[in-house]
Amino acid sequence: MPECPVCGGTVDLKGDTVEGELIACAECGSELEVTGVNPFTLAEAPKEEEDWGE
Amino acid sequence: MTRIGLMHSLIRPEEKLLIREFQTREGVELKLIDDRKLSYNLGKDKFDLDLVLERCINHSRALHALRLFESAGLKCINSSKVATICGDKILTSIHLQEHNIPQPEVRIAFTEESTLQAIEEMGYPVVLKPAVGSWGRLLSKVNDRDAAESILEHKATLGTYHHSIFYIQKYIEKNGRDIRSFVIGDRCIAAIYRSSDHWITNTARGGIAQNCPLTDELKTLSVKAAKAVGGGIVAVDLFETKNGLLVNEVNYTMEFRNSITTTGVNIPELIVDYVLQVAQSGT
Repeated sequence: MPECPVCGGTVDLKGDTVEGELIACAECGSELEVTGVNPFTLAEAPKEEEDWGE
Repeated sequence: MTRIGLMHSLIRPEEKLLIREFQTREGVELKLIDDRKLSYNLGKDKFDLDLVLERCINHSRALHALRLFESAGLKCINSSKVATICGDKILTSIHLQEHNIPQPEVRIAFTEESTLQAIEEMGYPVVLKPAVGSWGRLLSKVNDRDAAESILEHKATLGTYHHSIFYIQKYIEKNGRDIRSFVIGDRCIAAIYRSSDHWITNTARGGIAQNCPLTDELKTLSVKAAKAVGGGIVAVDLFETKNGLLVNEVNYTMEFRNSITTTGVNIPELIVDYVLQVAQSGT
């Protein structure tokens, strides 16, 4: 399982995790993006932009 | 085989629920399209898809990507027309007005002076909103002239040019809650109350969702508002007043993660039903 890029903790990902998925690190609460699934890689999620929304 | 493109950026709980739902359907091929990896070759693109379902997080990307897909001959939900209208509160209000949909009093002005004059004529309080924006960001409840002068100066000085297009809405006292209804095609499928001690009740800002019973008035007005902006899959925000419901905004990439358990309605299932129906129809 991959490490959280913020706190270094182990992040538990499920088998149906997809690339681009937004998750939260269970240890530090950081928002992370799954940047690869084979193998799993993680990055800090992008910061909110002005035109984000519904 | 029905080929659906799901256009996204980050995969949020809503997109994950939709992916899972599509994967349960026979005869459906789902292609995930990350808008961060897209590039178009205008006039030469051929997409092997029957329909694109837009679930982007950036309004500006969604708007242009939809128009580019349509230009390449694809059906899109929602259409670029709906994205254009719903993504701009001024255009939304114009279309609501032209379709006789009740909404709070709205004025638009382009300078600090004309905006201040409009606010004084409307009476306090009013709400200043960016024409483009979501999740309750940069909303200002203006209670008096001092606040109006200060906020207008800050917007004009510190904001980019589109923050000097002033959308002014009469403040509606909503007693701690408003309504969010969900419309798919011709049907209003569910609604929630969004409650908060703060005057901004967006769930993105901490508003609490509770089930809202579907009355005839709510269903009828929600569907009319959806049709006024071009139809499709939208979420309608409404205020309750003693004179009936008023439509506040219409959202074209609706979030529903907090509304499935709350309403007991399987929203992603109904979205996928509608998407496949449109994809498989001749129109």
